[in-house]
Amino acid sequence: MSSHVSANTAAESGVLPERGPEPVQVTLHVNGERRAVDIEPRVSLLDALREHLGLTGAKKGCDQGACGACTVLVDGRRVLGCLTLAITCEGREVTTIEGLAREGRLDPMQEAFIAHDAFQCGYCTPGQIMSAVALLREGHAGDDEEIKEWMSGNICRCAAYPNIRAAIRAVRDADPDAAPGTGSGA
Amino acid sequence: MTPAVGQPVDRVDGRPKVTGSARFSAEIPLPGMAYAALVGAHIAAGRITSIDTGEAEAAEGVLAVLTHENTPPIAAQPPLLPSLAGTAAPGQTFFPLQDDVVHYAGQHIAVVVADTHERAQHAASLLHVRYAEEPSVTTLDQGRDLAHVPEAIFGGFMPGRMSRGDLRKGIDEADVRLDATFTYAANNHNPIEPPATTASWEGGELTLWDATQGVTSTQQTVAALLGLPVSRVRVVGHYTGGSFGGKAMTWHHPALAAIAARTVGRPVKLALTREQMFTSMGHREEQEQTIMLAATGDGRLTALRHHKLSPTSHFDEWAEPSLGVASQIYGCPHYEGEYRLFRANTMTPTFMRAPGEASGMFAMECAMDELAERLGMDPLELRLRNITATDPMTGDPWSSWGLEECYRRGAERFGWAGRDPRPRSRREGHWMIGTGMASAGYPVAQPLTPQRARARLYADGTVLVQAATPDFGTGVATVMTQVAADALGLPVERCRFENGDTALPQIAAAVGSAGAGMISAAVHTAATALRDALVARAVADAESPLHGADAGAVELRDGRMVLRGDPGTGESYAEMMHRQFLPDLEALGSWNPGSGANGHALMTFGAQFAEVAVDADLGIVRVRRMVGAFAPGRVLNPKTARSQLMGGMIWGLGQALLEANHMEARTGRWAASSLGDYLVAVNADAPDVDVELVEVEDTVVNPLGVKGVGEIGQVGAGAAIANAVHHATGRRVRKMPITIEDLL
Amino acid sequence: MRPISYTRATGTTDAIAAVTADPRSHFLAGGTTEVDLLRQNVLAPRRLVDINDLPLTGVEEMPDGSLRIGALARMSQVAQAPVVRERFPLIAQALELGASAQLRNMASMGGNMMQRVRCGYFRDTASACNKRVPGSGCAAIEGTSRGHAVLGTSAHCIATHPSDVAVALAALDARIRTEGPGGERSYSFEEFFLLPGDTPDREHPLEHGELITVIEVPSVPIARHSAYLKVRDRESYEFALVSVAAALALADGLVLDVRLALGGVGTRPWRAERAEEFLLGAPAIPQNFHEAARVEMAAARPTSMNAFKVELACRTVVRALETLTGSPS
Ligand SMILES: Cc1cc2nc3c(=O)[nH]c(=O)nc-3n(C[C@H](O)[C@H](O)[C@H](O)COP(=O)(O)OP(=O)(O)OC[C@H]3O[C@@H](n4cnc5c(N)ncnc54)[C@H](O)[C@@H]3O)c2cc1C
Ligand code: SF4
Ligand code: FES
Ligand code: FES
Repeated sequence: MSSHVSANTAAESGVLPERGPEPVQVTLHVNGERRAVDIEPRVSLLDALREHLGLTGAKKGCDQGACGACTVLVDGRRVLGCLTLAITCEGREVTTIEGLAREGRLDPMQEAFIAHDAFQCGYCTPGQIMSAVALLREGHAGDDEEIKEWMSGNICRCAAYPNIRAAIRAVRDADPDAAPGTGSGA
Repeated sequence: MTPAVGQPVDRVDGRPKVTGSARFSAEIPLPGMAYAALVGAHIAAGRITSIDTGEAEAAEGVLAVLTHENTPPIAAQPPLLPSLAGTAAPGQTFFPLQDDVVHYAGQHIAVVVADTHERAQHAASLLHVRYAEEPSVTTLDQGRDLAHVPEAIFGGFMPGRMSRGDLRKGIDEADVRLDATFTYAANNHNPIEPPATTASWEGGELTLWDATQGVTSTQQTVAALLGLPVSRVRVVGHYTGGSFGGKAMTWHHPALAAIAARTVGRPVKLALTREQMFTSMGHREEQEQTIMLAATGDGRLTALRHHKLSPTSHFDEWAEPSLGVASQIYGCPHYEGEYRLFRANTMTPTFMRAPGEASGMFAMECAMDELAERLGMDPLELRLRNITATDPMTGDPWSSWGLEECYRRGAERFGWAGRDPRPRSRREGHWMIGTGMASAGYPVAQPLTPQRARARLYADGTVLVQAATPDFGTGVATVMTQVAADALGLPVERCRFENGDTALPQIAAAVGSAGAGMISAAVHTAATALRDALVARAVADAESPLHGADAGAVELRDGRMVLRGDPGTGESYAEMMHRQFLPDLEALGSWNPGSGANGHALMTFGAQFAEVAVDADLGIVRVRRMVGAFAPGRVLNPKTARSQLMGGMIWGLGQALLEANHMEARTGRWAASSLGDYLVAVNADAPDVDVELVEVEDTVVNPLGVKGVGEIGQVGAGAAIANAVHHATGRRVRKMPITIEDLL
Repeated sequence: MRPISYTRATGTTDAIAAVTADPRSHFLAGGTTEVDLLRQNVLAPRRLVDINDLPLTGVEEMPDGSLRIGALARMSQVAQAPVVRERFPLIAQALELGASAQLRNMASMGGNMMQRVRCGYFRDTASACNKRVPGSGCAAIEGTSRGHAVLGTSAHCIATHPSDVAVALAALDARIRTEGPGGERSYSFEEFFLLPGDTPDREHPLEHGELITVIEVPSVPIARHSAYLKVRDRESYEFALVSVAAALALADGLVLDVRLALGGVGTRPWRAERAEEFLLGAPAIPQNFHEAARVEMAAARPTSMNAFKVELACRTVVRALETLTGSPS
């Protein structure tokens, strides 16, 4: 790492382009597709997906980082769509729940959520699944205590928690060829 | 063919939910969509002296700003009736934007509509409002001396005071007497989906997509408020992201969305923010309950007095019915129950999961634990000595019971026997371990209106069943597919349930755990009627192998009508329908619960057990395991039923240890208005939960004998935990929630 | 949220110059504080300067044993770094007990030092709050204050500093390095985290446009034997009611060296110097741990709602030290 001053001169630095506040064209890579949208810079990734790209899988539960319903992957890591500005995602790969199933075939985590009844109303579910997929890839599903802690950023008010853990265990313990999150860009 | 009912069938709406294709009410794409943002009052009592909308109106993209100065008056304010009644069901008999009076903090005082979500939200922050503030009353301490005993509560459905026997006499007969006061924080539903309505007008016809427990409630309420013929209002709610009672009544936003859409001439989406959810949809009221138990030395209850004090709004006399099950579950001969209400600057409180019973049974079951300790008796034994096969209020027998079996099976699974009753008797490192139990009960509510469903069989042998009800996570769509499949002798894969639309046959809001019972009754009635029609056609058809057979001797299996005992004789639906040139055949089923309970009392029973660990120094409580045994009549789908009961039990954990909101006396505002401040259980809080289903036959309650699982999981769960905390620590904490400072 | 414009910077100088030149520009790192407070209308920048592409993401062990954490290293990344886990377990633990996995993937270390208080009145523009609007009053003092601070408070503000990892870093004498219009600077935690006093709106000494570049953690060998203990109502995804960062070295049953800092109770990440002083050279026994905690908490000024934190903090200190000495509890 470096804490040293880069080579730019002060004169050059004055020219950093500024975009907005009016709508500007933002190009996002979502689920392997290039999508251009005209949005104000203040638009969150979550609202860009839901209101501008028709991808309503990621949910808005609080818009304050306090529920996890908006969890998506950016460059393969789970983050919150509500506290991410869409414009900051240019040049990064965004994966949403819609990008998880491939050619109509569900991801093993999606299958496991159905089989273990890991949801009721289904509203927190896309966020839970994206989080669970990332959890396995991070290697944080060693035992139930670890799953509990590392899935605590996704609130399920229906309290399907024990079943969510069961679904995650099932995928963890299944055939390694069926690794989750092999969908586009994930 | 194995019946589908009783099988752990996977949710039929699983795929849309796990793929993100399920569209919730704020996710309906309509051309030209505009966005509405609500503005709430900053004061709890007083008047708006001025409201300057100029800056908001001038802001980019703003289409309209509605305030009390320009909003058209509502046509009529329907009365508050619980949504199970099947009519209009406003959450309170007050509608905002009608005048300048502020009754409670957060009361809607303006609606801003703009072309994007961000612009609407921003413009909403640009209103300049001035108030003449008046003193408010919001807390128990402020209201205690202002309280009155209401004639009736709960939309007029329950009396404010109840009694049986002679309390004095009961006290005189007793050897021990116990008095205890319990306090309860207010609770907020906080479903993860914020309530949302998308409104669209075509000509004079209004369509609303609404996140609700009952599309009919929204339809009737909005039609009444706006003065529209009900026939011109259609409400769709295919998916509802959790409700727990919070979306059972119709709050202001669906009508406001409709008004906003009419004003701007575009479809409008209105979603509450998380913060607004604390002041736009009712709550479980803060309360205090005082209980007096008197008993003989051998543990027989002789007297029970149970009083409750709570705030209600300025418009309605509402208290969650906390005195119900606690007054009925044990055969105590002398009883007095009383609600005391005071008028406060709050919304009308509302149903919240296990309304009343979770709080009332907390008091009752903690007091029972304390009584057992005084008597030197095992807490379970004390319950067994007092349970009753008849409702002590009426003397009617329970339509079905099963409570003893719940105690037995629950205790067995939990390993209750041989428990050392002494507090602080178990320790693991710095953790003190304790166990506790409690009884559970929840009344079986019946709808007041006929419940309808339609079953339509197509000539290809697939069936479509329709009913208006939304599925907000109960699994109703899955279960109804099973019910229809059995009635028609079809595999579940051939049946589809279509729901969540007032264009479909009417079903009341699925509240009070009544959903499965009443909807299955309607679906069963419809499917049975269709079956009868099919068989009647077959036996009357000269070309049918069943021609001339006794209709009663025909049975349905695998999509075929065959003679009982002679499965070789018969034909498939498809064969008959093709021959008769029938593309489809349908029947409407209407189940009328009006006949009542025939001299029976209706209640679901259960037993709860919990083990907790309490950090001896730090006061941290962790629930290590929970066992619940419940007797909900017939279990239509054990998978979805278990999930609901499990959810209820974890809610009980949350209510016992985490969930709290309080009004600030000074400002009349909620202390918590986010998911960061109002704590609900996260994954790490929730232990694995063992749910035991005790099936009991019930021939009274409804055709399939279904009593419901939505709420009973929560009843008694908190008490079992509090009793376990006492067992672990020796401390009786008579409040909900129990937090660290109570145990230091 | 107000309309904002956006600039993405790739060079540190550019970023600093851009913000320095415009009093209404803010840096944007992970956004978990900035975007949240923009939406609450608590912050009102005209423009955000995105610094996520700046080359400040490293976590490096220096030849002298010290640690340099880039301001844009993410909480999750720092918690995972082998050098942190091995040599500074209290940092890794403090990080992993904070927020949620998603937030830790977003939140930067520099942003974490700069995060704002979680006081509900600060977040609510309708309430009086001296930190948000100087001179408007403090609604918390007479209001809901269960989560508020008991140490370092003033008559003008009692908000708790919310960071977990800053508590661990405070125990280790970490320093914050910056670059700004005035050149490069380095601050001790003491200098960086200001007590509210009568200017609670001033939380740190940074000039407008001054950028945190690195957090430096000195070698501190005893940090290998350290722990972070966080007490809260909910098992996870919640700020601390009380937390303790502790490192301990013993010789012959005596405290040879000790580092102790408290979270959840102070208006800044609270280095417990008095307790450390009391413990140095004293026998490592629970009575002394108790007494040390009591000495530290003697200065506490609680409200009626958060008085329990004083006792809870004492007990948490004892527990943390007991855990490190392996004494039976
Ligand atoms: C729901 C929730 C729960 C949380 N729980 C916890 C918890 O339990 N424990 C905990 O410790 N934290 C917690 N946090 C806080 C979180 O850790 C901080 O929000 C985060 O660390 C901020 O980092 P960021 O990169 O996102 O900063 P940003 O939001 O991008 O920036 C924060 C502020 O710092 C400024 N800034 C950013 N980087 C720099 C820099 N390099 N130099 C100068 N100024 C800079 C920005 O201008 C901005 O004003 C929680 C947050 C949320 C939303
Ligand atoms: S405690 Fe500080 S942040 Fe909170 S209201 Fe008072 S001044 Fe504002
Ligand atoms: S919507 Fe993003 S965390 Fe709740
Ligand atoms: S399934 Fe309803 S919130 Fe999780």
